[in-house]
Amino acid sequence: MRFIARVVVRPKAEVRDPQGEAVFAALRSLGHDVAEVRTGKEIDVTFEAPDERAAREAAARMGDQLLANPVIESYEVDVELARDGAAVG
Amino acid sequence: MTRVAVLRYPGTWSERDFAHALSLVDGIESEILWHEDADLRGFDAAIVPGGFSYGDYLRAGAIAKLSPATRELRRFAEDGGAVLGSCNGFQILCEAGLLPGALIRNRDLRYRCDWVHVRVENDRTPFTTALAGAVLKLPIGNGEGCWVADPDTFARVEASGQVVFRYADARGAATEDANPNGSLGNVAGVANEAGNVVGLMPHPERCAEGLLGGTDGYRMLANLTSVRHGTAPALYR
Repeated sequence: MRFIARVVVRPKAEVRDPQGEAVFAALRSLGHDVAEVRTGKEIDVTFEAPDERAAREAAARMGDQLLANPVIESYEVDVELARDGAAVG
Repeated sequence: MTRVAVLRYPGTWSERDFAHALSLVDGIESEILWHEDADLRGFDAAIVPGGFSYGDYLRAGAIAKLSPATRELRRFAEDGGAVLGSCNGFQILCEAGLLPGALIRNRDLRYRCDWVHVRVENDRTPFTTALAGAVLKLPIGNGEGCWVADPDTFARVEASGQVVFRYADARGAATEDANPNGSLGNVAGVANEAGNVVGLMPHPERCAEGLLGGTDGYRMLANLTSVRHGTAPALYR
């Protein structure tokens, strides 16, 4: 089955996020009364896996090995069946 | 003769500058090696230069750490070999886990291209042997030069003397104003626990002759003349 893993990578809470701080200041300058802004990135990975559990485990390995740097970042994974969910090949 | 390998990844831009700077030092010969077939046997030291390896995609150094050169650098380092990473090379060594911490976006989000001063905090590395307490004037050029680590790692790095260079003013005071990017503890460069692997954000290769505005990079690289693979580790730390 074909899955899409949406991996959201964020700077850890204790790590400064200068990009978030800049967006925070910009939103304030527009008059928005925001309390905090944290930025991150979403990485969508499409791949084949026998079932959802295997897909989650594979996505977690990708997160640990490459997509996030555990020194400064944490990540969350959301796995869903790709729209054309049938197995390919 | 000290033999120095200078690694080149796709996107590395400082390897020729390093080779040139090293050619100015009597007693050093260098060779530029393509990362995929880097064989460090027969070399006394290895340098991972600056640039934008793999376009800095994902994170600076994140893709380069998957190169076969990482395995070779790890083997060489475990064998006591002297390894220096500068700028993107520092980022690669951190991503690869050869050095503690990580480099994130500069405090003000700006790419900083400037001269800075760093104070040498540790002279028990292959690159600082003759520089105890020296204040060096070196150029930086980076957007992700802010060194961070979790509190436990930072405490351990400080306590064990792994901080090699600290941003300071011209007189050697590590003030907030002298910190160009918000690095934790004004850290400009660190070593591994053994002291033979060193990374720093500044570019010693860009200030190795008077014509370029400074020679403190030469002073740093000249330390390598006494480095011989397999003989030095006991000196470090």
